[in-house]
Amino acid sequence: MRPIDAMEKKRKSSNALVGRIARFVQETSSSLPSDAEQALRKALRREARGSSARMVLETILRNVELARAAGTPVCQDTGTLTFFVSERLRRRVTPAVIGEAVALATANGWLRRNTIDSVAGRSIDSNVCPGAPVVHYVEVKSEEGGGGCDVSLLMKGGGSENMSRQFSLPDASIGAGRDLEGVRRAVLTAVQQAQGYGCAPGILGVCIGGDRAGGYEEAKLQLLRNLADTNPDQALAKLESRILREANSLGIGPMGLGGKTTLLAVKIGSRPRVPASFFVTVAYLCWAARRRSIAL
Amino acid sequence: MTTLTYPFREADVRALRAGEAVSVNGTVWTGRDRFHKHFADGGRLPVDFRDGALYHCGPVVVKGELEMGNGGGWKVVAGGPTTSVRENAYEPDFIAKTGVRLIIGKGGMDERTLEACGKCGAVYLQAVGGAAAVTAHAIERVSNVYFLDEFGAAEACWEFVVKDFRCVVAMDSHGVSLFSRVAEESRRRLDSLLEA
Repeated sequence: MRPIDAMEKKRKSSNALVGRIARFVQETSSSLPSDAEQALRKALRREARGSSARMVLETILRNVELARAAGTPVCQDTGTLTFFVSERLRRRVTPAVIGEAVALATANGWLRRNTIDSVAGRSIDSNVCPGAPVVHYVEVKSEEGGGGCDVSLLMKGGGSENMSRQFSLPDASIGAGRDLEGVRRAVLTAVQQAQGYGCAPGILGVCIGGDRAGGYEEAKLQLLRNLADTNPDQALAKLESRILREANSLGIGPMGLGGKTTLLAVKIGSRPRVPASFFVTVAYLCWAARRRSIAL
Repeated sequence: MTTLTYPFREADVRALRAGEAVSVNGTVWTGRDRFHKHFADGGRLPVDFRDGALYHCGPVVVKGELEMGNGGGWKVVAGGPTTSVRENAYEPDFIAKTGVRLIIGKGGMDERTLEACGKCGAVYLQAVGGAAAVTAHAIERVSNVYFLDEFGAAEACWEFVVKDFRCVVAMDSHGVSLFSRVAEESRRRLDSLLEA
């Protein structure tokens, strides 16, 4: 445990790139993307005056404003940090540089000391060790689109991660076969089972197919999409809007206290599969959807 | 909106009904996974929880510049609730043995906890999950901290003084849980969506 000394100013790094990425982490932690905030405002207008759903959404929106103004975390669970770095920056934005930036952001109170050694049970106070933060080198699918964005960051809290799940179809218990109707059944079942536990209203990233690990990877990549975009695949676009409409008719509502807004968006992608497997993977993201991209 | 101030009287707590909004004021203590396990293993509690509030919370804390002299200079940067279901196994016993009146968290708790609330005169309050900045705003100061070295900052038992900390009564002492109601209704709706 090494608290920041009382009289010390915020720490800085001598390496400009480290400082820049640390600031990017702070921005991601303290400011929701505008599409997520807009979706929350739209949800607020739908809920009845005097309802607990409205009280919860008002609190959420006030929270979003306070966090942005103060530069403090939107949610205290600053989550698992997953960086998606453009392949061409592999030698510049190394895991070591990202690790240094995360340690700096943690020392400055922008991230909670949120990393536990799974065997020893000890807190890893810097949030940096082999495996944390998670860094993927990919062709970044960025919310802003185009090739300008080099690094995307998703901060996903543990409460929402615990609500993610994977189905193996066919699944007789929910009448789900190996087709899009089966996918619909699996996803709606996941939403009903999650109730408000993942901090509803949530956002779903879904992957049809893949192996188990690839399914979760693709489902998380779907969470980087702009909430207002339309899936270029018509069948998936139709399925997304149908599931969203039906999920919101379940009445689970913000924080599971009842209401019309259970989900803000559903985003579905796919991966090829082998004949023997048909996985449907659902990644649940809470309303505190901290994702951001920058061009370096 | 009902205002509750520490120490929380049994009669006031028993008067609360599921669905109503409350404003909590005064001392609350945080305790989450390791705290509950410690209690279940027979560990000693650092404070007397009778008529108190237990908050399921793992805050982000820093040594503040202006707060020297209060709680060792700690300042809460973010302090929203954590998921309560993980403490289901421990909470009925905790309520019965300590006489705590308010359990504050998110997501609700199980039938056994609801029963303990009825038997002992306690309620479960839902704070808004993830609303860390609003909650940090409601935490006026940190007046003490226990188990900091043993459990780490996110799991320590923090003593907060709160002002106008807004919550919804999600489980009352009359056997009503908003969560079970929503779970049952959404189950029926799902069944009808998946029919045919």
